[in-house]
Amino acid sequence: MTSRIETIGIYFLVAVVVLFAVFPFYYAVVTSFKTGTALFEVTFWPENPSLNNYREVFQTSSFPRNIFNSVLVATVTVGLSLLLGFLASFALARIPFRGRKTLLLSILSVSMFPQIAILAGLFELVLALDLYNGYGAMILSYLIFTLPFTVWVLTTFMRDLPVEIEEAAIVDGASALIIVFRIFLPMMWPAIVTTTLLAFIAAWNEFLFALTFSASDATRTVPVAISLFSGSTAFESPWGLILAASVIVTFPLVVLVLIFQRKIVSGLTAGGVKG
Amino acid sequence: MGDAFNRAVTLGARRRRTAQLFLLPLIAALLLVAAWPLARTFYFSFTDTSLNDLAGGEWIGFKNYLYWRELSSGRVVYRGLLVDEAWWNAVWNTFRLTFLAVSIEAFLGLLVAMLLNAEFRGRAIVRAAILIPWAIPTIVSARLWGWMLHDQFGILNEILLLAGLIDMPIAWTARPDTAMLAVLIVEVWKTTPFVALLCLAGLQMIPRDIYEAARVDGVSRLRVFLGITLPLVRPALMVAIIFRALDTLRIFDLIYVLTPNSEATKTMSVIARENLIEFDRFAYGSAQSVLLFLLIAIATLLYIWLGRVDVGDEVPR
Repeated sequence: MTSRIETIGIYFLVAVVVLFAVFPFYYAVVTSFKTGTALFEVTFWPENPSLNNYREVFQTSSFPRNIFNSVLVATVTVGLSLLLGFLASFALARIPFRGRKTLLLSILSVSMFPQIAILAGLFELVLALDLYNGYGAMILSYLIFTLPFTVWVLTTFMRDLPVEIEEAAIVDGASALIIVFRIFLPMMWPAIVTTTLLAFIAAWNEFLFALTFSASDATRTVPVAISLFSGSTAFESPWGLILAASVIVTFPLVVLVLIFQRKIVSGLTAGGVKG
Repeated sequence: MGDAFNRAVTLGARRRRTAQLFLLPLIAALLLVAAWPLARTFYFSFTDTSLNDLAGGEWIGFKNYLYWRELSSGRVVYRGLLVDEAWWNAVWNTFRLTFLAVSIEAFLGLLVAMLLNAEFRGRAIVRAAILIPWAIPTIVSARLWGWMLHDQFGILNEILLLAGLIDMPIAWTARPDTAMLAVLIVEVWKTTPFVALLCLAGLQMIPRDIYEAARVDGVSRLRVFLGITLPLVRPALMVAIIFRALDTLRIFDLIYVLTPNSEATKTMSVIARENLIEFDRFAYGSAQSVLLFLLIAIATLLYIWLGRVDVGDEVPR
């Protein structure tokens, strides 16, 4: 009866949603393969695809260096957050103590901080620690959004593990560190993968701190580099290069999303991390 | 018996010490990167500190916020953040954007979630596809859309011209009357997936047999939606709305790159950073940061106080 029309309707709507979601990225890919005047003609596929823009991005700009910076900063940030967050989440999830709930809420509320509110104070701190225009400044400032989120997701996950697993170890007299790293760590992989992915994406995409704390191409991360790409005159942006660079930094994220979509969704819905 | 009791007591004490030890690095880190800088920003907002001499500022009280002087003519002149039109323009922009963006995202997000909750082939792929806008760096989104909205070569103008909806190309991101619309389009595009996925998680917890029963009883679609779906998905939707609202209130990246220097879209974060870093009005920018922080803090506290966050107090012993 109505079910056939309904099915067609559903597929139609799904097609619209997917088109809307994917088209801007697709169009950027198409444009990035165009050069010269072809760049300025609207077409839905590249007629004479060329890799010129990609070659130029890698050869004439500091872009490879920016990618290296982004990878380094994001990796160290995630590693630090996981280490600190993992230890803290054990305490928060498995040990009852007074003020636990307040502490957890305070940590969570840090993730609501508008980053701009700490920018002035952080600027002073970065100068005082002599971290300006270096990786340290970015790593330090990124902790403010990766830590609360890491703690939140790991705590939620660890709370749901059965009590019995540590009871045996406690009776055996195992130390807390051994319990945490030998018993809990191996069981935590699903949550660790989720937090790693989300924290990495957040650090990879960060802009405000990276923009403020870096002053040269040698330390800039990819988002800052992309925001600063400019042509020979102020009115002429090198769109081919900008879009090629955009595709390069987005491609790994798209692959990650396609592979790990289930993990990412579970982390998003558990942590309600920034969108 | 007594022995076992004693052992339990010392065990409990030992575990509490472990908790302290394990929490210490995290708390130290958060104090260093969050609490201390925040306190310093508050302090700077009561001084006349300049960017080039952070240590040389002097205490000036509330002068960055408001001060007044009586002229010889007897007229009183007010100065400071609280009477600054550019600031209130930014506040208005921020709230307008937040209200519009979050309303549209909630509506579209719920719609998309209900669509994804229906049975069709390729659901997993579609779900991954709608995650793409979320994963793309905001700066890149701003660039992609900046290109599509380009006044001379943009695809949107091309399509609208072909369709005969406009007579000449529109400079979407530059014109004061369309800049906010441009920001809104990109923001909605980028963050609706987040709302949709939270709603979908909520929808998937509703047992299917409720719908089955409603169908058998011949309850209308609208009543099923209003009576079953909406109330049950509401908690998830509320969480999404609150997260989105708090996030949009501090929006910076998108505006900075998509519509630079546009008075029509400048938000609180953008104007505060301008003063802090670019205009050498460090203390004034700090005062703006403080007001933005207080605003978001009040919103967050209200939210927690209303008891909507479930931190789950049960700890296995």
